Amino acid sequence: MTEAFQFDVAHLLAGGLVLVSFMLLYQARMYALLNLFALHAVVLSMSVAWQAYIQGAPHLYVTAVIALGFKGVAIPVALHRIVQQLHIHRAIEPVVGVGPTMLIGIGLVALSIGVVIPVTVATDSLAREDLAFALAVILLGLLMMVSRHNAVSQVIGFMSLENGLVLAATGAKGMPLVIEISVAFSILIAFIVIGIFLFRIRERFDTVDLRAMEDFRGERR
Amino acid sequence: MATVLVQGVQLLLVLLLAPFLTGYVRKVRARLLRHRGPPFLQPYRDLVRLLHKEVVVAESASRLFRVAPYLIFSAVWVAAALVPTYATELAFSGAADLIVIVAMLGTARFFLALAGLDVGTSFGGIGSSREMMIAALAEPALLMIVFTLSLLAGSTQLSTVVAYMSGPDVGVRISLALSLVGLIIVGISECGRIPVDNPATHLELTMVHEAMVLEYSGRHLAMIELAASLKLLLYVSLIAAIFAPWTIAEAGQGVEWYFVGIAGYGAKLAVGGFALAVFETAVAKMRVFRVSQFLGMALMLGLLGTLLLFVSRTL
Amino acid sequence: MTLLLLLWLQASLLGLGVLAAVFVRFRATSSIVYGAALVICGAALSLAAAYLLGSGAFVERATLPLGIPWMGAHFRLDSLSAFFAIVVNLGAAAASLYGIGYGRHETEPVRVLPFFPPFLAGMNLVLLADDAFTFLLAWEFMSLASWALVLSHHREAANAHAGYVYLVMASFGTLALLLAFGVLAGVDGAYVFDQMRARPVDGRLAGLALALTMIGAGSKAGAVPLHVWLPLAHPAAPSHVSALMSGVMTKVALYGIVRILFDLMGPPAWWWSVVLLTLGGASAAMGVLYALMQHDLKRLLAYHTVENVGIILIGLGLALAFRADGAGPAAALALAAALFHVLNHSLFKSLLFLGAGAVLRATGERDMERLGGLIHRMPRTAFAFLVGSAAIAALPPLNGFASEWLTFQAILVSPQLSSWTLRFLVPAVGALLAMSAALAAACFVKAVGVTFLGRPRSAAAAGAREVDVLSLSAMLVLALLCLLAGVFPGVVIDGLAPVTQRLVDARVAPQLAMPWLSVVPIGEGRSSYNPLLLFLLIAVSMSVTAFAIHRLASHALRRSAAWDCGTPDASPATQYTAGSFAQPIRRVFGTFLFAAREEITMPAPGETRPARLRVRMRDLVWETLYAPIGRVVGFASHQLNRLQFLTIRKYLTLVFALLVTLLLALVVWH
Repeated sequence: MTEAFQFDVAHLLAGGLVLVSFMLLYQARMYALLNLFALHAVVLSMSVAWQAYIQGAPHLYVTAVIALGFKGVAIPVALHRIVQQLHIHRAIEPVVGVGPTMLIGIGLVALSIGVVIPVTVATDSLAREDLAFALAVILLGLLMMVSRHNAVSQVIGFMSLENGLVLAATGAKGMPLVIEISVAFSILIAFIVIGIFLFRIRERFDTVDLRAMEDFRGERR
Repeated sequence: MATVLVQGVQLLLVLLLAPFLTGYVRKVRARLLRHRGPPFLQPYRDLVRLLHKEVVVAESASRLFRVAPYLIFSAVWVAAALVPTYATELAFSGAADLIVIVAMLGTARFFLALAGLDVGTSFGGIGSSREMMIAALAEPALLMIVFTLSLLAGSTQLSTVVAYMSGPDVGVRISLALSLVGLIIVGISECGRIPVDNPATHLELTMVHEAMVLEYSGRHLAMIELAASLKLLLYVSLIAAIFAPWTIAEAGQGVEWYFVGIAGYGAKLAVGGFALAVFETAVAKMRVFRVSQFLGMALMLGLLGTLLLFVSRTL
Repeated sequence: MTLLLLLWLQASLLGLGVLAAVFVRFRATSSIVYGAALVICGAALSLAAAYLLGSGAFVERATLPLGIPWMGAHFRLDSLSAFFAIVVNLGAAAASLYGIGYGRHETEPVRVLPFFPPFLAGMNLVLLADDAFTFLLAWEFMSLASWALVLSHHREAANAHAGYVYLVMASFGTLALLLAFGVLAGVDGAYVFDQMRARPVDGRLAGLALALTMIGAGSKAGAVPLHVWLPLAHPAAPSHVSALMSGVMTKVALYGIVRILFDLMGPPAWWWSVVLLTLGGASAAMGVLYALMQHDLKRLLAYHTVENVGIILIGLGLALAFRADGAGPAAALALAAALFHVLNHSLFKSLLFLGAGAVLRATGERDMERLGGLIHRMPRTAFAFLVGSAAIAALPPLNGFASEWLTFQAILVSPQLSSWTLRFLVPAVGALLAMSAALAAACFVKAVGVTFLGRPRSAAAAGAREVDVLSLSAMLVLALLCLLAGVFPGVVIDGLAPVTQRLVDARVAPQLAMPWLSVVPIGEGRSSYNPLLLFLLIAVSMSVTAFAIHRLASHALRRSAAWDCGTPDASPATQYTAGSFAQPIRRVFGTFLFAAREEITMPAPGETRPARLRVRMRDLVWETLYAPIGRVVGFASHQLNRLQFLTIRKYLTLVFALLVTLLLALVVWH
C-alpha cells in the first residue's frame, strides 16, 4: 500500500467527518439529527482505526472502539430515550436561516485551514491535515451550539466538538490511553448532568426551547 | 483527418442516441412502477410525427419565436458534440473547454426563456422566471466543480481532464466524490428532471420547462424536444467522461479502441439512465422554492470540495 | 505629433461647445453640432488606434503654458491612454451619430447642446493629463458638464434630486482624489506624474492612497457602496448622454484607478488586491440583484453598469495580486481580461442605452410595466437591443463572454498565489462572478421579454413607431462591433499587448498566431476557445437543419389564437410583468439582502374590491450608510444655523474671543 494511498484514505475519512458536521448543521429533524450524530461517531472511529493501522499504534484501536461504543451506540440510544420522554420531536429552526449558517460554516472551514496549514510547515502532511480538519470540526460544533435554539441540539454540538478533539489528538500521535479514557469519562459525566438539567428544564417550562427561558429571565424584548 | 472523422461520427452518434436515452429512461421508470411503458423507439416516432405536422403560431408571436427552436437545437447539439464520448481526439475539441460548453447551454436557455415570454401568456412567464432562477443557482455550483477539476487536472480542456482522470495520479479523493454529487445535482436541475421539474407533467404549478414550450407545435416542438434530449445526453456523457473515463480512446491508440469506446459509452449510458430512472422513482418532486436549497447544497459541496483540496498532498 | 493633434481636436470640441451656445436658436444647429462631434471623435479614434497598433511603446509628451504659472499643464500619450481614448471616442462617436437623429426632438436644446462637446473634451483630457492639476481640472470639468446634462430636464422633481445627489458625490469624489494625489506627491509637492513614478510610496501611506483612490475614482465608476448616484443620475440625462455616462465616463474613472494603482504607486503589496477583489465581488453581486428588482428600463441598465464595473475591478484585483507575487504572465492575463471587458462594456452598454432611448422616444414610457410587444412595431431596434442583451448576458460567441472567459481563466490560475487569504478569497469571488453572470442573463431575459416581446400593455406601446435611420445605424454599428469583438477576440488581446507590457512587464502570448484563430491564453492543452469556429458551426447547423426540415418534412404554418392551455385571455394584463418575472429570484435572494416582504391585503367576504399585493423593499446600503450621514450633517448644520440669529453683542463677543484665542496661541507657541 503506497503512502499516497494511505494519505488519500486518511484524507477521505477526515474530510468525511467534516462533511457529516455540515450535515449536522443542516439537519432540522430530531431523530435524523441523532442518527447523523451516530454516523459522526462511526466515521470518527473509522478514521482513528485507519490512523492506528498506518501509524502502527495499537492503543488507538482501543480509542476507536471506545468512540464507537460510547458515542456511536450508547449516547445516541440514551438521547433517543430522552427525546421520546421529553416529547420534543419538533423540527429545530436555526437562528439565522439555513443558507447563511452553511456559508458561515464554509468560512470556518476556510479559516481553520488558513490557520493550521501555514503554521505547521515543518510537520508531516498527515498530521497537518488531521489538525486542520479537527479544528474545522471543533468550530463547526461550536457553530452548531450557537446557531440553534433547542437544548438537545446544543448537546449534540458539544459532543461533535469532542469528536474533533479526539481527531486532533490522534493526528498528533501522542495521546496515551489514560488521558483518552479520562477525557471520555468526563464527557460522559457532563452528559449525564446535562441530561438531568434537561429534565428539570422540561418540568419547569414545558419546553426545552431556550427562548422560553430567555423570555422568563427578561432577556428578550 | 482521423480527428475530423471521429468528430463527425460523434456528431451523428449523439444525435441518434439522444431520443433513445429519453425513451430508455421512460421505459425503466414505467417498469419500476409495474407498468409496461412506451416502447424504446417511441421518441423517434414522436419526432417524425411532429416534424410532419403543421405549425400553429399565435398571432402575438414574433420572428424570434420561429427562429429560436433552431438556434436552441444548434447550440445544444454543438455543445453535445464537444464532450468526449468514445474518444478524446475530436477535431473541434480545441474550440471549447468546459466553461464554454456550459455557457453554450446558457445561450440555449436564454433563447428558450425569451421564446416563453414571446406569446404573452402567463404560462410562459412562469416557466421562464423559474428556469432563470434555477440557472442562477446552478451556475456558481458548476463553476466551483470546474475549479476543483481544474485544480486537480491542471486544465479545463475536457480532453486533458479525461486523460488525467484515467491516469494513475488520481487517487481516492473526497473532493472528487463531492464534485460528483454536486454535478449530479446540477445536471438534474438543468435537465429538468424530478425532483426539480417533472418532464411528464401538464399542471401549471409543477411546470418549468413544459411551461416555456407550451405554445410550440409541429417541427418547432420537435426541435425543442430533441434539444432537451440532447441536453440530458450531454450531462450523462459529461459525468461519464469525467468520473468514469476508462473506456474512452485516447490519442495514438489503434482503431479497435474506438469500438471499445463506443461499447463502453453505450454501457455508461445504460447505467446512467437506469440510475436516473431509479432516483426519479424514489424521490418526490420538490416545491419550487425548495429547489434553491437543493442547489445551495450543490454549491456548498462544490465549495467544500475546493477547500478540502487545498489540504491535499499536492499543495 | 499624435498627442498634439489630439489636443487640437479637444480644443476644437471646446470651441464647438461655445458655437453651440451662440447659435442654439437655429434648428439646424443640433444636427451640425452632433455631426461635427462625430467627425472629431472619429478622427481622435483613428489617431489613437493608429498610435496603439503602430508605435505603441513610444511615449509622447507635451507641456502647455496653461494653468499654474510655475508648472504649466503636462500632457502625455502612452499605450494605456491610447487604449482608453479608443474606448471613449468610440462611444462618443456612436452617441453623436445617435444624437443627430435624436437631437431634433429635444425640447430644450439650450440645456443640452452647449454642454455635450465639452463633456467629450473633458473625458479625453483626463486620459491625456500627466500631472495632478490637469487631471483634476479635466475630471471636474467632465463632472460639471455631465451634471449640467443630468439637469437638462430639470422640471421633473426626480431629476432635480438626481442632480443634487450627483453633485454631492462628484465633489466628494474629487476631494478624495485630491487628497490621494497629495499623498502621492509627498511633502515636496511633486505633482507631475513622472515625479510620482520616480518615488513610489509603500506601507501605510500606500494604504491611505489606495483607500482615497478607491473612494474617489470608485465612486465615479460606481463601485458599491458608493454607487447610489448612478441609478439616479444616469436615467435622468438624455439617452445618448446616459449612454456616455454609463458606458464611457465610468471607464474614465477606471482609467484613473489603473493609472494610479498600476503606474504611479509603484510595486504593489498583496493586500491591495483584497480591497479590489472584495469591492468588485460586492459590486457584481449587489448590482445585478438591484437591477433585477427594477422595472424602469434605464435604472435597470444603470445598475448593470455597477455589476460590470465590479467584474472589471475583480480582473484588476487579480492583476495586482499576480503582480505583487511576481507572476508576470498571469498578471498580463488578468489585466488583459479587465481591459477587454472595459471595451466590451462600453460597446454593449452604449448600445443598450441607445436602444432604451429609442424606446423612450417611440413610446414616451420608461416603465417596462407599460410596454410590451415592441418587436412588432420596432423590429430593428429590438434586434439591436437583443444583440446587446445577449452580449451583456455573457453568451458565446459574443464579446461579453470572451472577456468573462478570460477573467475565469485568470481566476483558475490563482492557486499559485502565495497568500492563503487570496487563495481562499479568489474562488469565493469566482463563485460570486458566476452567480452574477447567471443573474445578468435572467435580468436581460426580463428586460427584453417584458419590453419587446409579448403583447402591448398600454396604448403608447401599441402605437410605437420605429426611430430614424441615423439612430438605428448607430445601434447597429455597435451591435456589429459586439459580434466582431466576440468572434475575433485575438485582435483585441494582441492590441492590448503594449498596454500590459507597460503596466506589468509581460504580455499574453500572441493570439493571432494561434492555429485557426483560437484563443489560447495560458498554454496549449490548458484551455482554449475558438469563437469563430463555434459561430460558424452554429450558423451552419441552423441553416442545414432548417433547410432539411423544410424540404424533407413540412414547412406549413398557420396563425391562430394563443393556446394558453385552452383558456386564453384577451387582456394583456394577464401576461407576466417585470415584478412577477423577478419574483422567484426575489424570494431566494431578496428576503436577506433587501428585506423584501410581500404584503397581501385580502378583502373581507362580501366586499367587491380586488385583493392587493404589495412588495416592500429597503435599500440597505442607503439606510445604513447614507441616511445616517445625511442626518448627522443635517443636525450639525441645524446647530450651526444658530450662528445666523445671534444678537450684536454676541457677535462682538465671538470676534473678541477669537482674537484672544489667537493671541494666546501665539504666546504658547513661542
